[in-house]
Amino acid sequence: MENKAPTVSNVFTAGLWRENPILRLLLGMCPTLAVTTAVKPALTMGLSVIFVLLCSNIVVSLMRKLLKPHLRILMFTLAIATFVTIADLFLKAFQPEMSAVLGPYVPLIIVNCIIICRAEACASKNGLFVSVIDAIGMGIGFTVVLCILGGIRELLATGMIFDIPVMWKGFMPLSAMRMPVGAFITLGLILGLVNMLTAKKS
Amino acid sequence: MDKIYVLLMAFISIVIVNNLVFTKFLGICPYLGVSGRIDMAFGMGMAVTFVVTLAGTLTWLIDHFVLMPYGLEVTRYICYILVIAGAVQLVEMYLRKFFPPLYESFGIFLPLITTNCAILGLCLFINLWGIDNFIETVVLSFGAGIGFTLAICIMAGIRENLKTADVPDSLKGAPITLITAGLLTLAFMGFAGMIK
Repeated sequence: MENKAPTVSNVFTAGLWRENPILRLLLGMCPTLAVTTAVKPALTMGLSVIFVLLCSNIVVSLMRKLLKPHLRILMFTLAIATFVTIADLFLKAFQPEMSAVLGPYVPLIIVNCIIICRAEACASKNGLFVSVIDAIGMGIGFTVVLCILGGIRELLATGMIFDIPVMWKGFMPLSAMRMPVGAFITLGLILGLVNMLTAKKS
Repeated sequence: MDKIYVLLMAFISIVIVNNLVFTKFLGICPYLGVSGRIDMAFGMGMAVTFVVTLAGTLTWLIDHFVLMPYGLEVTRYICYILVIAGAVQLVEMYLRKFFPPLYESFGIFLPLITTNCAILGLCLFINLWGIDNFIETVVLSFGAGIGFTLAICIMAGIRENLKTADVPDSLKGAPITLITAGLLTLAFMGFAGMIK
């Protein structure tokens, strides 16, 4: 991506698979593990991250010529903190239930490494259009992995998806999946699977 | 005497029972990233302990004496992150001037701490738990740092031994670290419900 001029599809698909924030770059682990007890909080978290990532990428891209190297990170964080406050107030007003479930993990988006990483690696070097595409691709990649993880954990912990029972009769719910153990081990196995698939392809 | 007992319980609670890494998933990035060698892990833990104590105390003071009296809670997150970034910057300058060897050994970790979720997370949790006692805030902040150091050192110890283990190819690196972390969490779950 650094050498050749980035094309739209190239930038977009990078976030989805090749440079997927969770599976490849191992960024943003804290919300990934914490909010994936079920699909719904995972989806809410993913959408909040997409919003913040998009807005921060736009702002950073617009002010990239004004940035001073040593104040860069501080400026990024301030811009991100502003948008996270907006997202948090929005969730509190329109999704109070989800806001209560996510709790402090919404403000913790501020220190989510994905957003700072994209501001640093993409938005502060590229124009507005590329930055927007990059934010959408990365955001969707993040959300999809979050939902997969949430789906697996919800299915095994309660036997339900979106509160609809889908497992067979007599299924024993594994309540450990809802606990931190389930998060770590599920993500570890998913990463292992991804490594295996990549090795097979090449 | 009662007061000391409460503080002691709060300390043990945040170090072992409600350990930020194991129960709240905070600080996972450095926990997975710099836990390769035990001395580096210890350095990171110490740096985090230092900054988290400072940041936790400062944000509590700002919250109670500036934001709440003037009704500025909306700007809480921005203030918190500014305080943390400022504290990190201050610590960095102070160490570079007065303790150059220590500064050298912390190296890249110091600026990285700004984006460590454990720090901001603790400040938010102190706010969420409604702690309104200054001394308790200091004890909790310090305990959180110690808890993080404990977790990252245990992890580094395990990973040093893991290097010689026969791990399946596709699980090498991050996956096996995550699975190890999961088993470690399982062990720490034994403390759950011990206090509060």
